Amino acid sequence: MTLLSIDWFFIIEKVLLISVVLVLSLVVAMYSTWGERKVAAWIQDRLGPNRAGPMGLLQPLADGGKLFFKEEIIPTNANKFLFILGPSIAMMVACMTSAVIPWGDTLVIAGHPVSLQVADVNIGVLFIFGVVSMGVYGIMIGGWASNNKYSLMASVRAASQIISYELPMGLALIALLMLTGTLSLKEIVEQQRHGLWNVVYQPLGFFIFLICAFAECNRTPFDLPEAENELNGGYHLEYSSMKLGFFLFAEYINMFISSALIATMYFGGYAFPYMDSLGLNPNMVTILGFLALFLKTLFFIFFFMWVRWTIPRFRYDQLMRLGWKVLIPLALANMLITGAVILARQH
Amino acid sequence: MGMSIQQIIFMVLSVIALVSALGVVLSKNPVTSVLCLIVTFFTIAGHYIMMNAQFLAVVHIIVYAGAIMVLFLYVMMLMNMNADLEPQKRNWLKYAGAISGGALLVVLVAALRDASMPALSPQSTDIGLIKNLGQTLFKQYVVPFEVSSILFLSAMVGAVVIGKKD
Amino acid sequence: MQALTNRAKAVDRSPMTFMEKMYIPAIAKGMGITFKHIFKRKATVSFPEQKRDFSPVFRGLHVLNRDEEGRERCTACGLCAVACPAEAITMEAAERKPGEENLYREEKYAAKYEINMLRCIFCGFCEEACPKDAIYMSETFAPSNYERKGFIYGKDDLLIPDPKEQGK
Repeated sequence: MTLLSIDWFFIIEKVLLISVVLVLSLVVAMYSTWGERKVAAWIQDRLGPNRAGPMGLLQPLADGGKLFFKEEIIPTNANKFLFILGPSIAMMVACMTSAVIPWGDTLVIAGHPVSLQVADVNIGVLFIFGVVSMGVYGIMIGGWASNNKYSLMASVRAASQIISYELPMGLALIALLMLTGTLSLKEIVEQQRHGLWNVVYQPLGFFIFLICAFAECNRTPFDLPEAENELNGGYHLEYSSMKLGFFLFAEYINMFISSALIATMYFGGYAFPYMDSLGLNPNMVTILGFLALFLKTLFFIFFFMWVRWTIPRFRYDQLMRLGWKVLIPLALANMLITGAVILARQH
Repeated sequence: MGMSIQQIIFMVLSVIALVSALGVVLSKNPVTSVLCLIVTFFTIAGHYIMMNAQFLAVVHIIVYAGAIMVLFLYVMMLMNMNADLEPQKRNWLKYAGAISGGALLVVLVAALRDASMPALSPQSTDIGLIKNLGQTLFKQYVVPFEVSSILFLSAMVGAVVIGKKD
Repeated sequence: MQALTNRAKAVDRSPMTFMEKMYIPAIAKGMGITFKHIFKRKATVSFPEQKRDFSPVFRGLHVLNRDEEGRERCTACGLCAVACPAEAITMEAAERKPGEENLYREEKYAAKYEINMLRCIFCGFCEEACPKDAIYMSETFAPSNYERKGFIYGKDDLLIPDPKEQGK
């Protein structure tokens, strides 16, 4: 049996790492719901949830418990299989992206180097892109299977929105990739560790990527697929109980992952200034690096919320105009300029 | 017991690919058909990864499963086709379909029967990795590559022209 | 037409300038405003621990008053019920029996006196109508209840405690 020749330490290490990353994203997503309500409250001069536990810290548990115990309703004319498949896809896809994000440098545990990245594939950025493009299926299938015209309209909106904003996102990334010359996220971080952060070289690219990340996560001002006041709640209109919870939760996981991605690709990931000249134990530096990435990620999550409670929703034609007539030409120009500069510097 | 882990994965992927491909053809509900097709694409992407062609796999997923099938699904959902709404096809159409499909199968089998398959050799090649692929595409095959991009450009212009017409 | 204030502004319909079309400066300004609000004083009153002060003229729940000797002042004249625009007050009068002089001030008293707090609009007309200074409005509001009948306040809810008994 060749099966026995598998490196069991490797398998255990990866399984552990995957569980830790998953738990981390779930916990962060849970507390993002709390954070969102707090930030919303502060911006609106309120206090926010403060009854469940100190500072309302147990609020996510209360919300989750409520969702679990709510009545499960599947509409009579809904396609049952697809109705359940929708939120499952949304959740699965949201969790998958975390696999290629380097959460830190290598830790040395009992002589074994343990990389804090689940998979350092040489197509890391493309993998993320592929997974993100899958995300729309959850919304589309869920919205269609509900057999409700509002859900259907929302899923149609979601599909066209996500496809439209994937293009400028990809074009913005291409400029970054021309600069770094690699698709591996780990190497992108390592380059920033020894040089400047990519946002210095690619401010426009970062900006386009940020806007597209908002659109891909269906966050305000691009939350048309779940427009509460025009579509009665959008694609998850017919959902109840934990299936609704999955849809809502997937949005927060997506937000966490996009924040981590922005931090990784444009803001140095786990690298922080002077990390190599502190003279600390390598393990210590790795842990500090992870904390640095985590802080950067939290900042971007806050930014997502800050924008949500500031800017109103776009109208649909404005959304499409912004995507196709503004962002794509801008991203193309950014790509051309980047290419020209790289070419000029080579000679 | 000589099955290596690669062979097991290959078997599983192939079975899923065949079953879902049959599902595309046999399913009465067009939306289910499209979903089966997406599953097929994923298994094919899995096969690409098995052949160490990661770039091809991921582009396959992005382009086909991520963009084209979304548009397919979009159209299917808006048309709201049901099995009972669809008009019954005539019998001769079925026979014609079966005959032309069978003819295609014969041609494919005849073409592949004698073909050598270097990609299936046990030692893996690195041509599918993104760096090597890029070198090949932009050095050896740069002219065909650019010609195909002009083809896409003309398709885009055509789409815009059709879209502009009132 | 004469303007009431000088603050009216005509709607500006001129086409947007390039800077305005970029949205970014406006968005940045808006985000600056929302960020400032994070640190502003919060308007929330955390209710059970913290209570908002009522104004001195606040009209809250009614009380039925007693005189200095602890006798009920109400004589069941019905003026409050007549004055009530919401028809929230009902009462039944009864005659004072000999030996009850220490309970009721006049010869006639209210055997039953009910105010429906769901109908009451807290206008204070009952207070004004009362010739005997028997009904007053206090400075609290009706607590929540699970049932409608919990909001119909009878005499035992409305009467203030006997000052003589409190002394004991």
